[in-house]
Amino acid sequence: MFDLILEMFSYSFIIRAVIVGIMVSLCSALLGVPLVLKRYSMIGDGLSHVGFGALAVASAMNTAPLKIAIPIVVLAAFLLLRISNNSKIKGDSAIAVISTGSLAIGVIILSVSKGMNTDIYNYLFGSILAMSTEDVLLSVILSLVVLLIFILFYHRIFSVTLDETFAKATGIKVNVYNMILAALTAVTVVLGMRMMGAMLISALIIFPDVSSMNISYTYKGVTFFAIIISIFSLISGICVSYIFSLPTGASIVTINLLIYIVCSMIKRRN
Amino acid sequence: MQIIKCENITLSYNKEKIVKDLSFDVIDGEYICIIGENGTGKSTLVKAILGLVNPESGKIKYSGVKQNEIGYISQTSAIADNFPASVYEIVLSGCLNRKVFMPFYSKKDKEKADYYINHLELDEIKKKTFSSLSGGQKQRVLLARALCATKKVLLLDEPTASLDPVATKEFYEIIYDLNRQHNITIITVSHDIDNSLKYADRIINLSKDSFKIYRPDELITKGDKNNV
Repeated sequence: MFDLILEMFSYSFIIRAVIVGIMVSLCSALLGVPLVLKRYSMIGDGLSHVGFGALAVASAMNTAPLKIAIPIVVLAAFLLLRISNNSKIKGDSAIAVISTGSLAIGVIILSVSKGMNTDIYNYLFGSILAMSTEDVLLSVILSLVVLLIFILFYHRIFSVTLDETFAKATGIKVNVYNMILAALTAVTVVLGMRMMGAMLISALIIFPDVSSMNISYTYKGVTFFAIIISIFSLISGICVSYIFSLPTGASIVTINLLIYIVCSMIKRRN
Repeated sequence: MQIIKCENITLSYNKEKIVKDLSFDVIDGEYICIIGENGTGKSTLVKAILGLVNPESGKIKYSGVKQNEIGYISQTSAIADNFPASVYEIVLSGCLNRKVFMPFYSKKDKEKADYYINHLELDEIKKKTFSSLSGGQKQRVLLARALCATKKVLLLDEPTASLDPVATKEFYEIIYDLNRQHNITIITVSHDIDNSLKYADRIINLSKDSFKIYRPDELITKGDKNNV
């Protein structure tokens, strides 16, 4: 077993996946706490579908996927945020319209431009082989930016998540922080998408946080455990997928699911 | 000294004018109570003072206190039931309004939060999660947060709506003490006429299309307490 894991780390594509994976898990675990508490989880899911459409466009145009997908998904994030804050439009159905619409358009673009091939499967369910060295560098830099912005605004994002009215009344620009949160989420979703796939990336945002909310009752504690759970499930997921030749994204999500079940059992006991 | 001055303000809710041409000023150290039936614009008036809604016409002026330095406690607890946050985290977040560029809390902020936690007797539950507290404890935590956000003025929008009579009495006593001993100006919206008469220096009575401002003793001597 140990030899197998050692052998695994001799492949450079696995090292690349682990590096990007750890950065993305860190970002998604941190962003997940306010997103889940604000009931914005659906936005993460919607964004991943928009991301799929954007990657399809990038692939049809033969350009660098991240450079096209990130601006499109950030714009979509602002749009989804507006929709979910506007009580006149039914937020959840509007998000569903946008996300399934982009998914459908993405599938059509991919099949017209390249014919139905493994690309679609890889974009939907992720591929550990997808990343080039340049992608890794860009992903690491962008994740560091996301982390830095999140840490700088940590307390303000907490205040806005806890109680928007109080935050607004005491002069915190609530809309600005909601937009920052949406933009950071968009970047994280795009970065994680190619490894996890459009269908599974939102799990990375939601699972670690709902799990840790079962075992901790302070904001700091929930954030801390979410990071631990997120990184643990990423690394063990990659190992499991290598050892048993399983899809990587699905393995990571399944381990997250198991951790969630254990955490809710711990909560029941207490 | 006047710290807040409302000049001929008109407020609307869902495009309907509910407060018309209201003028009053708030003097440093005063205890003002806003009463009135549902739908007469009490909460909208509070939001206008906080700058959350703009008056349709008229002006609200502040002197000696900035608009974002007004401590606020909302009508129903705006905090989600299962929100994972400790008492300390919530109280400390009240200090954020005075930090313009600094991303983290200073030692002074932490001392301030600790001071109010101690003053409102929250020491024992400092590390507990907010959702596990009783209604009275929750309101005291939100009061401590509001005090961290202000030096001078507290705005309370039906702060005792979800409290039992014992906790209500206790809460009013704390507020009265803050007003008298710490010279904190209080503006509170209330349905609780008895407590309003007991503690307030002035009462603003909003009704459909009009308003009255008086002192509690004027009301008691007229004997029309029941007509309020």
